Amino acid sequence: MSDLDAFRADVRAWLEANCPPEMREPVRDEDDICWGGRKFKFKNEAQKLWLDRCVAKGYTVPDWPKAYGGAGLSPEETKILKQEMARINARPPLQSFGIWMLGPALLKFGTEEQKVHYLNQIARGEIRWCQGYSEPGSGSDLVSLQTFGEDKGDHWVVNGSKIWTSYADKADWIFCLVRTDKTNKYQGITFMLFDMESPGVTTKPILLISGNSPFCETFFDDVKVPKTQFVGEINRGWDVAKYLLGHEREMISGGGAGGDMVSIGALFAQSLGKNDHGELDDPILRAEMAAFDVDVFAYRAMGERFMDMWKTGRAHPASSNMMKYVGTELNKRRHELVMSGGGSDALEWDSEESKGGARARTWLRTKANSIEGGTSEVMLNVIAKRILDLPGA
Amino acid sequence: MPLYHNDDQAMLKDSIAPFVAEKAPVSHLRQLRDSADATGFSRDLWAQFLEMGLPGMLVPEEHGGLGMGHLEAGIVLEEIGRNLTPSPFLSTSVGAVAALAKAGGTQAARWLPAIAAGEAIVALAIDEGAKHRPDRIQATATRSGNGFRLDGKKSFVLHGHVADMNIVAAKADGGITLFAVPKDAKGLTADPRRLVDSSLASHVTLDGVEVDADAVIGEVGAGDAILEALLAATRTGAAAEMVGVGQGAMDMTITYLKERKQFGRLIGEFQALQHRAAHLYGEMEVARASVMKAQQLLDEGSAGAKLMVSVAKAKAGRAAGLAVREGVQMHGGIGMTDEYDIGLYMKRDRTLAEYMGDVHYHIDQVARMNGY
Repeated sequence: MSDLDAFRADVRAWLEANCPPEMREPVRDEDDICWGGRKFKFKNEAQKLWLDRCVAKGYTVPDWPKAYGGAGLSPEETKILKQEMARINARPPLQSFGIWMLGPALLKFGTEEQKVHYLNQIARGEIRWCQGYSEPGSGSDLVSLQTFGEDKGDHWVVNGSKIWTSYADKADWIFCLVRTDKTNKYQGITFMLFDMESPGVTTKPILLISGNSPFCETFFDDVKVPKTQFVGEINRGWDVAKYLLGHEREMISGGGAGGDMVSIGALFAQSLGKNDHGELDDPILRAEMAAFDVDVFAYRAMGERFMDMWKTGRAHPASSNMMKYVGTELNKRRHELVMSGGGSDALEWDSEESKGGARARTWLRTKANSIEGGTSEVMLNVIAKRILDLPGA
Repeated sequence: MPLYHNDDQAMLKDSIAPFVAEKAPVSHLRQLRDSADATGFSRDLWAQFLEMGLPGMLVPEEHGGLGMGHLEAGIVLEEIGRNLTPSPFLSTSVGAVAALAKAGGTQAARWLPAIAAGEAIVALAIDEGAKHRPDRIQATATRSGNGFRLDGKKSFVLHGHVADMNIVAAKADGGITLFAVPKDAKGLTADPRRLVDSSLASHVTLDGVEVDADAVIGEVGAGDAILEALLAATRTGAAAEMVGVGQGAMDMTITYLKERKQFGRLIGEFQALQHRAAHLYGEMEVARASVMKAQQLLDEGSAGAKLMVSVAKAKAGRAAGLAVREGVQMHGGIGMTDEYDIGLYMKRDRTLAEYMGDVHYHIDQVARMNGY
C-alpha cells in the first residue's frame, strides 16, 4: 500500500468516527453554513462539534502549515481529503473569506508574526473577515479607488466608503484597500486590516434584485488604523490585491463555476415528461439542455486540467481569467435553463413549495457571477492582452 | 493521471510538431490539390510517417506496433490538423487499429502487422447516407457457402478507393458484424468523390461480395462492441484533429490581428475584435481539455469514455467551427481568397465536423446517455 493509500485509509476512518451524521446532510439553508466569527451562532451541537474536531486536526485549512492552524497536507493529500469528504457528503466545517482570500494573501505577503496571529484565528473560525475592495466610483476600474488613509504618524485616519462588501454586517474584521498616496495611482494603495467594531465604521445592507442582502455598503468616518495593520508594503497594496484577485478567480473556477456539473437535462427529465422514445418531451428545450450539458462536461474537464496545471506551475498566470469567464457565463446559462425547465413553478417568489422562491432568487443571484471579481468584459480584456498578446488600446 | 501531457508525451509532441510542419505544411495540401492527385494523400509522406513509427503507434507491440494510446495518437492528429495534412492516419492507424485490436483473432493477426509496417491502408465503411446513423445500418451479410455474401451501399468512406482493406459494418444473423473486405474482392466498387476540403471519399457499393467466414472481425452478430471501439477511437481522433485545425486557424488569425492596419492602427487594438478572439481562446482551451479527457478515459478503458467522446466531438466541433468562421471574418476580404490559407481551414473543419457524427448527433447522444 502506498503512502497515499494509507493516508486515504486513515482519513476515511477519521471521518467515519468524527463527522456527525447531521453534518453529512446536504446544505439546505444559509444557516447550515458555518462561517465562524464573534457573532456566529451555531445552528446545533453537531455543527460546533464538527468544527471543533476539524480545528483540532487542522482540517479547516488542511493545506496550511501546522504552525498556522493547518494540517500541513500536500496537494495530493488535500485532494484525497476532499474526495473522502465528498464521498460521505461531509459539509465543509468552516467557510470564510479568511480561508479563501486573506489567508492566501498572508501566506504570500504576511510577516511571520502576522501569519501566526491571523492565520490561526482564521483556522479556528474565531474571526470572520470581509473584503473592502470596490467603491461606488470604482468597480471594474478598481485601481481608481478613493477611500483615503491620512498618515498620522503611528496610525492612519481612514475616510471613505466601500460597496459590495459581502456580509460586512456579520464580519468582525475587514481587509481593505485604502489609498495612502494620491499622487501615485498603482503604487499609492495600502492593504489594511482593521476591526469592524472600530469607531467610525458603519454598514448598510443592500437589497438586491434577488430580494436578498448578502452585500453591504460600508462607511468609514475617521477610522483609526494602527500603522502595523497592513499586509505587504505600504503603498504596494495593489500587488496584494492583484494576487488575491487571481486567487479569487482560481477559486471561482476551481470551485465549479459551471454549477454542480450534473446533467441539467437529467434533472428535468421527470418533471417535464418523456415521449415514447424516452426523450425529454420538449424538443427545443431538450436540445438546448443537451448543448449546455456538452459545454458543462467539457468545462469540467477544463477545470481538472486547469487545476492540474495550475498546481504544478504549468498554467499561464492569466488562465484563471479564462476559467472565470467561461465558468460564470456557463452558470448564468444553467440558471436560465433551470427557469425554463421549472416553468411557472420557478417564478414563485415566497411559497413554501418553492422554498421561498429559491430558483428565482438563485437565477437572479447568478447574474452577479460575471460582474463580481472582475466582469466578463474585463476577463476578456485580460485574456486578449496577457494571453493573446494583442496590442494595447 | 493529471490532465496534461507527461514528459514522454511532451517529447513526442516536440518531435512530431516540427516533423509535420516541415514535411507536410499547408503548401503540401495545395500541391496535391493543384496537381489533381487521385490518391488523396502522398505515399512518400506515408513512408516518412513509417520512419517515425507512426502508422503502428496504436498497434499492440505483439503485432509489431508501438502500443501507444489515444493521448499519443492525438498529438499526431493535432499536428495533422494544424497543417491540414492529407493522411490516412485517422482511418487506418486509429479507427481500424482500435477495431482490430479490440476483436483480436485472425483479422487482427493479418492486418495489424501490415498497418504497423506501413503496408496497408484501411478505410472505414460505416455510413450509408449523408448523415452518420450507425444505429440504422442496412447493409446485409447473408451466409453463403463457407462464408458470407455482402450487399449494400456505403458513403463518406475516406480513402475507400485506395484502401487495401475496407472495414464494412453489416447486419448478420440479426446483429451488427464487421468484415474485413480486401480491395480485390469481387463485387466491391469504390466511386471516389472530391470533397470541399480536396480529400477523396468514396461511395462504396457491395454487390454480392463473397467473403470467407474468417473475414469476420470478432464474432458474427456481436460486432456492437467492436464498432463501438472503432467509432470511439475515430471520433476522438477527429476531435483531436479539429483541435489542431481550430488552433491553426486561431493562431493565424491572432497573428493577422497584430499585423493588419486600418484606420491608422492595428486591428488587434479594437476591443470588438479582442473580445471575440479572447472568447475563442476560451472555447478552444475547453475543447482541448475535453478531447484530452476523452483520450485519457479511452486509454484507461473507463466506462465513462463513451460520454466524454461525444462531449469531445461536439465541443471540438463547436470550437473549431467558431475558430474557422471567426478566422475568415477577421481576415476580411483576403479571407475569401483561395490564395490565403484560412479558407482551407474552414473547409477541412467542415469535413471533420461531419465525420463520424456532427455536433448535433453528439449533442443528442449526450442527452440519451444522460437519460433524456
